[in-house]
Amino acid sequence: MKKSVLIVSAMLAAFGLAACGERPQVNVYQQGKYQGKADTAPYDNPAFGKDKAKWEAAVRARGQGQDEYTRGG
Amino acid sequence: MARMKFLCDAERCIECNGCVTACKNEHDVPWGVNRRRVVTLNDGVPGERSVSVACMHCSDAPCIAVCPVDCIYHTEEGVVLHDKDLCIGCGYCFYACPFGAPQFPQAGAFGMRGKMDKCTFCAGGPEVDGSEEEFRKYGRNRLAEGKLPICAEMCATKALLGGDSDVISDIFRKRATMRGGGAQLIGWATAYGRQERAQERKGAGEGGK
Repeated sequence: MKKSVLIVSAMLAAFGLAACGERPQVNVYQQGKYQGKADTAPYDNPAFGKDKAKWEAAVRARGQGQDEYTRGG
Repeated sequence: MARMKFLCDAERCIECNGCVTACKNEHDVPWGVNRRRVVTLNDGVPGERSVSVACMHCSDAPCIAVCPVDCIYHTEEGVVLHDKDLCIGCGYCFYACPFGAPQFPQAGAFGMRGKMDKCTFCAGGPEVDGSEEEFRKYGRNRLAEGKLPICAEMCATKALLGGDSDVISDIFRKRATMRGGGAQLIGWATAYGRQERAQERKGAGEGGK
């Protein structure tokens, strides 16, 4: 009787502790990839003819227009 | 070219809301959506400060990280744009954005949200540059015309600067140097009020809003 109780309790303990393993619960975050339509570069149009340098120069000049210390001579 | 950025000089902003109006007009922004707004600290109190706020086109944008349909992207120039055809209007980007930039037009009854709308740095979206469809969905594409955002370009006091971060930071640095002020030329105190101003406000016995 005593033996069977011991066996049953040992089995119960083994079964109960079976799910006690420590496993990482947090998934590793993975950055998604853009799924939308592809966009063209702002210089990829007839006005700039895919000339990046020309577009950059235009934008840079425009940016300098915000500096009133150099604007208007 | 470095990244495209906005920089608002709180010493100069006079809360005229010209940037807000220009943006709404330029892009035909619908009722209830404000891509840009002016935030005033200590409104009505001497020494109040105003800052014009819109999408800051973050280099590590949290909206891109949280978007469940991955419809937000960075352009080569560092502008954060999105594809409205893919957007499901869930609002995650609104919760993630520290500036409250993403806006949602009321698309129907019972507060139903439409697709996200936000400042595009006047760079349109992933439609053909300058097309009718691009204008309808995202507004005018000034960047493709070699121009800068309308809000910055029309700012009367030039408080709001927009463009290549190298260029606008140089402009701001020069401006701060011309103002004088010693070691605290550029920084928190210059932008948001020096210690003596805080003391003045305290002396006046008012509470900030």
